[in-house]
Amino acid sequence: MKRRNFLIQGGIFSAAAITAVSSNAWIARSATPNIDQKRLIVIFLRGAVDGLNVVVPYSETAYYQARPQIAIPQPGKEGGVIDLDGRFGLHPALDSLIPFWQQNSLAFVHACGSPDPTRSHFDAQEYMESATPGDKHTQDGWMNRLLGVISQKTPIQAVSVGETTPWIFSGRMPVANIASGRNANRPLPIDRPQLAAAFDQLYGGNDALSQTYQQGRMARQAIMNDLDSEMKMANNGAPSPDSFASDAQRLAQLMLKDPRIELGFMALGGWDTHVNQGGTQGQLARNLKKLGSGLTSLVGGLGSVYQNTTIVVMSEFGRTVKQNDNGGTDHGHGNVMWVLGGNIRGGKVYGEWPGLSTAQLYQGRDLAITTDFRDVISAVLSNHLHLNEAKLNHVLPSYTSTQKIALIK
Amino acid sequence: MLVKPKYWVLLLLILLGGIDPSNAASTPVDPKVLHIINRLSFGPRPGDVQRVESMGVERYIQEQLSPESIPEPQSLTSQLNQLNTLHLNPVELSEHGITNLPGQKPTQLERKAANQWAKEVLNEAVQARLLEATNSKRQLQEVMVDFWYNHFNVDAAKGRDRFWVGAYEQQAIRPYVLGRFRDLLGATAHHPAMQYYLDNFQNRADSRPDAQGNIPGLNENYARELMELHTLGVDGGYTQQDVIALARILSGWGFSRSGQQTDNNFGFYFNPKRHDFSDKVFLGHTIKSGGEAQGEEALDILARSPATARHISYQIAQYFVSDVPPTTLVNNLTHRYLATDGNIREVLNTLFHSREFWDAKNFNAKFKTPYQYAISAVRATGVEVENTKPISNLLQQLGMPLYGCQTPDGYKNTADVWLNPDAMNRRLSFASAIANGNLALSSMPTNMQQWQTIGTEQKPLQKSPNIPIDAWQLSNTLGNSLSMKTQKAIASSAPQIHSALILGSPEFMHR
Repeated sequence: MKRRNFLIQGGIFSAAAITAVSSNAWIARSATPNIDQKRLIVIFLRGAVDGLNVVVPYSETAYYQARPQIAIPQPGKEGGVIDLDGRFGLHPALDSLIPFWQQNSLAFVHACGSPDPTRSHFDAQEYMESATPGDKHTQDGWMNRLLGVISQKTPIQAVSVGETTPWIFSGRMPVANIASGRNANRPLPIDRPQLAAAFDQLYGGNDALSQTYQQGRMARQAIMNDLDSEMKMANNGAPSPDSFASDAQRLAQLMLKDPRIELGFMALGGWDTHVNQGGTQGQLARNLKKLGSGLTSLVGGLGSVYQNTTIVVMSEFGRTVKQNDNGGTDHGHGNVMWVLGGNIRGGKVYGEWPGLSTAQLYQGRDLAITTDFRDVISAVLSNHLHLNEAKLNHVLPSYTSTQKIALIK
Repeated sequence: MLVKPKYWVLLLLILLGGIDPSNAASTPVDPKVLHIINRLSFGPRPGDVQRVESMGVERYIQEQLSPESIPEPQSLTSQLNQLNTLHLNPVELSEHGITNLPGQKPTQLERKAANQWAKEVLNEAVQARLLEATNSKRQLQEVMVDFWYNHFNVDAAKGRDRFWVGAYEQQAIRPYVLGRFRDLLGATAHHPAMQYYLDNFQNRADSRPDAQGNIPGLNENYARELMELHTLGVDGGYTQQDVIALARILSGWGFSRSGQQTDNNFGFYFNPKRHDFSDKVFLGHTIKSGGEAQGEEALDILARSPATARHISYQIAQYFVSDVPPTTLVNNLTHRYLATDGNIREVLNTLFHSREFWDAKNFNAKFKTPYQYAISAVRATGVEVENTKPISNLLQQLGMPLYGCQTPDGYKNTADVWLNPDAMNRRLSFASAIANGNLALSSMPTNMQQWQTIGTEQKPLQKSPNIPIDAWQLSNTLGNSLSMKTQKAIASSAPQIHSALILGSPEFMHR
């Protein structure tokens, strides 16, 4: 199956297009920065994070029965969860997020997920990124379609962190990407004017390869400019030692400096905890710590822009309620979605809680889903980005809202 | 993108500014010859095009399908022989630097030594792979190593697998890449690297007393991915009950620890104390109580399944023909797979003679993965690689480090994943560095005349780094296949960047 059917060989030679790639094209178009611009950042946790140990239903006995080794203790106990609302508690490794919760800037939607029952990571991720659960023929990702409906025709409105194109961003609209890691903005030979000019000519056409090249050049110039000044900043901009956090910080810097970047995407892997998942400490806790500091860097880096930003954290599915004999969990169903932002009605765990006793579980093993993940996306699209119904239907095709979640102020 | 021959000559003359028109090398090469070289190898080295032209496409196919008949260059054999850790088995590899005293945690010093050792082992595995991919004449074999390693991916970043990925390739992948699928499947299933990566070494049947429900101490990770990714495919018709049944069947499979005797050379160990001996129903078959043999029976069922035949055929067709492979081709390959009991060589032979493979619209239709791009660029320059570091660095930058794919589905080979703006910047930068001779990959020929002898022998070579790649020679190596548009862009740029433009051209991004 091919998502982008555009790799046509050769292409038409267009002399006019060559001149379009001038070194100042990006900068020239940044004329009227709009600080009221709404932004959306999606963070995808690949590998299926165990939502039951992130936002822990600590008042359920069934939770502790099912997880004798890996359950997170109740609030107040050693290594216990941080109480959220008397019913749910946050994994202690995420303590850095508590200020957001207290400021009503962080919300969770529990027992949330895809209506498609697949337990395949790859299918489930595809469905969440295409936002068409069960349909493998979708050609593009929902963030790319979103870009299509909000486009102001600036060169780049979306930035993805990472070396590959995530499904969520694949499609008709061009998306810039920045490599992750420390060396991402080291000078490259392509930054040399003579070489760049020659490649500008070679890739001056309208074919997909040329357009990708042009996007790459423009994005690189803008990013090098923005990140260059970031590096010159004093302590304030010091990159975090953790690569996810520093990637998050770079994304934030770009969005802060360049108001045209409306959409951002990052992925973080390592959540497939079949073995030695750990509890208060261990594998999952370490990953959550990393994620927590990444989110903190992101919010910190966004500065004033955070006020107009919504950050959604999602994963392909949840894990089994019962721990397996290797101190891990297997592929499950329902999960928790996280939403942060300046506009969020936070400090609340949304979603109908289905319960964890065996009879309440999906197929006798998993947290049941009571909220379609698209209900959450749709709340963000319509109440934060103010998409009208037609545009919403374009981004989320064949989706009928089952509930309105009052997530956004 | 096919250009009339008269333009070729004309443009090449412009491009090269005064080359003698009687020089035969400027004639464009039969696209079929280029297609077969692009598919059965990681792209032409100097002389390859001329060699295939003279031997004929069919003989080339048959030669590549029988790699054992192709002598390897002495230089490659001796390079590989210098890698000390390459032929150690997993037991030897993981014993290094780790304390052998039971119940004792390794000291700081021991941990440091183990890390150092792991680094060396992984480094040698990467070197071996890149040396073979670039320098070996058994190119189809190398292409299939790339294909099958991804299919049965194991990530070096996971625990002990940092010691084992190279051994896994040498022992479980390489010997079987053109053999029977069942043998390949069996070798990967038994290898400690896979047993560790997908957690099956912890999969055991004995239920803990406090366990809830009726699922015993199973770990279903490997069982699930074995069906979803390695054999049947996600739509291959299995259920959650089949996943659990297969996990029970494979319970007790793992690798030997100190004191455990094994009868095989890579340290697979079946622990009967952890195995669930009961009868199982798996994919509608009843598998009778039988210890380790239950697993073999399940692998037989999986390897012979029509769903597996189809899944493998689809992936092979996608790798060799186009991102969306024609259904007719997938059907034919599936039939061939089933008729030959999963003989990979026969499936490929059918593929290489199919109408779809030879359909001109599939020529140069695949966007190279970072690995294919890097290897093909190095090969085109004719450099005999000794230092693989610049190649592995590029793979890192492009998000495709060798042995470093985190998820069990392996790296994709489709354009939608690899074609993105930042990748273009990095590919073109690599093209420029390699074209300028700035990568210090190895010795280079000092006399361009030596390259023009038809054949694949590149000797004698002299050590002489930082020599820019000759654009005329490069174009000749690649069969003079650049489009008019590319030639025009080259012609209007400074001569010293011509080679960079060729290696960074749209034509060279594809295979």
